[in-house]
Amino acid sequence: MTNQGILIYAEVTREGDLASVVLELANSAQNLAAKLGGQEVSALVVTNAGDIEHVKSDLKSNGFDKVYIVQDERLAIYSTEFYSKIVIDLINEIKPEIVLIGATTQGRDLAPRISSSLNTGLTADCTSLDINEKGMLAATRPTFGGNLMATILCKNFPQMASVRPKVLKKSTFPIEKDTQFIEIKPEIDNVEKKVELVEFIKNIPSTGKRIDESEIIVAGGKGLKSADGLKLLEELANVLGGAVGASRAAVDAGWADHSIQVGQTGKTVMPKLYIACAISGAIQHTVGMNSSEKIIAINKDPKAPIFQIADIGIVGDVYEIVPELIEMLK
Amino acid sequence: MRIALCIKQVPDTADIKWTENNTIQREGVESVINPFDTYAIETAVRLKEKIKDVHITVLSMGPPQAQEILKKAISMGVDDGFLVSDRKFAGADTIATSKTLATAIGEKIKDVDLIICGQFATDGDTAQTGPSIAQHLNFPQVTYVKEITGYKDGVLTVKREVEDGVEIVKVQLPAVLCMLKCDYEPRRPLIEGFIKAHNANVKSYSMEDVNLLPEEVGMKGSPTYVSKAFRPEQKQGGEVIVPKDAKEGAKILKEKLKEFEII
Ligand SMILES: Cc1cc2nc3c(=O)[nH]c(=O)nc-3n(C[C@H](O)[C@H](O)[C@H](O)COP(=O)(O)OP(=O)(O)OC[C@H]3O[C@@H](n4cnc5c(N)ncnc54)[C@H](O)[C@@H]3O)c2cc1C
Ligand SMILES: Nc1ncnc2c1ncn2[C@@H]1O[C@H](COP(=O)(O)O)[C@@H](O)[C@H]1O
Repeated sequence: MTNQGILIYAEVTREGDLASVVLELANSAQNLAAKLGGQEVSALVVTNAGDIEHVKSDLKSNGFDKVYIVQDERLAIYSTEFYSKIVIDLINEIKPEIVLIGATTQGRDLAPRISSSLNTGLTADCTSLDINEKGMLAATRPTFGGNLMATILCKNFPQMASVRPKVLKKSTFPIEKDTQFIEIKPEIDNVEKKVELVEFIKNIPSTGKRIDESEIIVAGGKGLKSADGLKLLEELANVLGGAVGASRAAVDAGWADHSIQVGQTGKTVMPKLYIACAISGAIQHTVGMNSSEKIIAINKDPKAPIFQIADIGIVGDVYEIVPELIEMLK
Repeated sequence: MRIALCIKQVPDTADIKWTENNTIQREGVESVINPFDTYAIETAVRLKEKIKDVHITVLSMGPPQAQEILKKAISMGVDDGFLVSDRKFAGADTIATSKTLATAIGEKIKDVDLIICGQFATDGDTAQTGPSIAQHLNFPQVTYVKEITGYKDGVLTVKREVEDGVEIVKVQLPAVLCMLKCDYEPRRPLIEGFIKAHNANVKSYSMEDVNLLPEEVGMKGSPTYVSKAFRPEQKQGGEVIVPKDAKEGAKILKEKLKEFEII
């Protein structure tokens, strides 16, 4: 076998920081590398021509042996065409055994272009990674909205996986390495760029916290009967330091933006705590939140299905209980 | 403008069966159009209503019963459709699926301008098929699309939803779009739609009909395979309490928040 080592795509956010999933991947990759008999773990950073000392120092203190850096002003904004060309070129050059990419919006846009260009397998949105007895990457992922887990193997190299953010843990004791930084020039002069970003409108969540990043989510459903209910939940979220989410019925009613919808046609979240307020608990909603560490449900109807998965259920009116709770917590 | 719509029949999320080989059992299971694909259909039909000379062809790779969803799409305003169906396609992963769909589009639709997929399917949920089709055809792609907002001289303007906001992007055709849930709902077919769908001749093409080789499709053409499938631990519900008043309810919750180390 010629392929060696683990390569991590080190996504840089719009703000110029390392995406937090990269450090989660770094930790997991150390374990995989150890199981493979001590293989090299490297990262690839693709970004604009600005200062990236903070990114480099984050990578250095998280156990990377090598970091490949591609900087160019044409790379200031993520572009499928430029970025995929750069990652594919590096993979062809260093021939890693495993390639890991965060299953962020960017990662899920980028990864399949790479795998299909290389005609290799890509396991999507994994929640756990391991090396099997034959030394192959065993990537486990939820399918059918979390109803079933599947462990997927890949016959070709590199074996690729995209990994769901916030599932794997960062190392609590990361190892600082004598990281070798290697700068490479992007070969993108001949790449035709057919997609142009015209405008970006930043979404500023009412609580200041993004639903995909928050450890606590207070979500509201149709039972709130008006947008005011979500304002009340926002107050609770603020007291707890969390974000607000919504069921599809609440989004369809126009009380909330689709960007905070949880469920099959919205987002999949797994916070430490999910508080479902006036949400019945339809399967299309619960598939998006049933992996939360703890679930609290408040619902008027003692037979609401949400109680079947809630760690604690309170039968009652959200409009009466939540204000009391906010008072008590203040 | 020639539009190809890729839609997939998926089992209802609540009703799942697997075969002995750990692949998804498709026959004899309650099926629906993948929810995101219904938005892809609606988006294509809306575009056809806005600009002149649009022809929409819907296709799916799947078993013969997937004819149903193609007819459903036709009833919603799609012009015609075809199925790519062959026993040899069984066990396809996203590489083999996208290769099959991309090749079928190339063979059966002349000069396609726009391919619309769903962002992901609720069964596999890989979100990889659309971008992989784009890669096979060397087309640009826009993923996480909420809406097409404009079209002029071979350039589409679209709105996409990303983690931290909304992007407006322009993309040159031919291109692939992957649709999220839109702010509007897919239409219900009218009576004429049902009649058109009923009379539609939805062809079914085999592997040979679209000039694919056995090693490019199905299990053989798939670099990945399922080694194991298992049920995750089901979350068990805890206590359900009927407090005597709201104060008591809030007090119980406060205790729980302490127990969960939230406060
Ligand atoms: C293809 C498809 C995709 C879907 N995708 C999603 C998705 O991504 N996310 C999603 O959430 N849904 C989704 N749905 C919809 C889903 O099936 C449910 O319809 C939806 O989740 C119901 O929302 P709800 O619980 O807010 O409303 P309801 O089902 O109407 O429930 C309201 C609840 O509030 C309770 N209630 C009323 N008043 C009060 C009060 N004052 N205090 C306390 N409790 C009260 C009621 O007892 C009831 O249980 C999808 C459906 C389909 C078909
Ligand atoms: N067998 C198929 N036939 C037609 N379209 C498909 C098929 N599989 C996937 N797709 C398309 O690709 C999208 C993403 O699917 P997936 O990559 O499986 O999550 C779907 O929403 C469909 O538009």
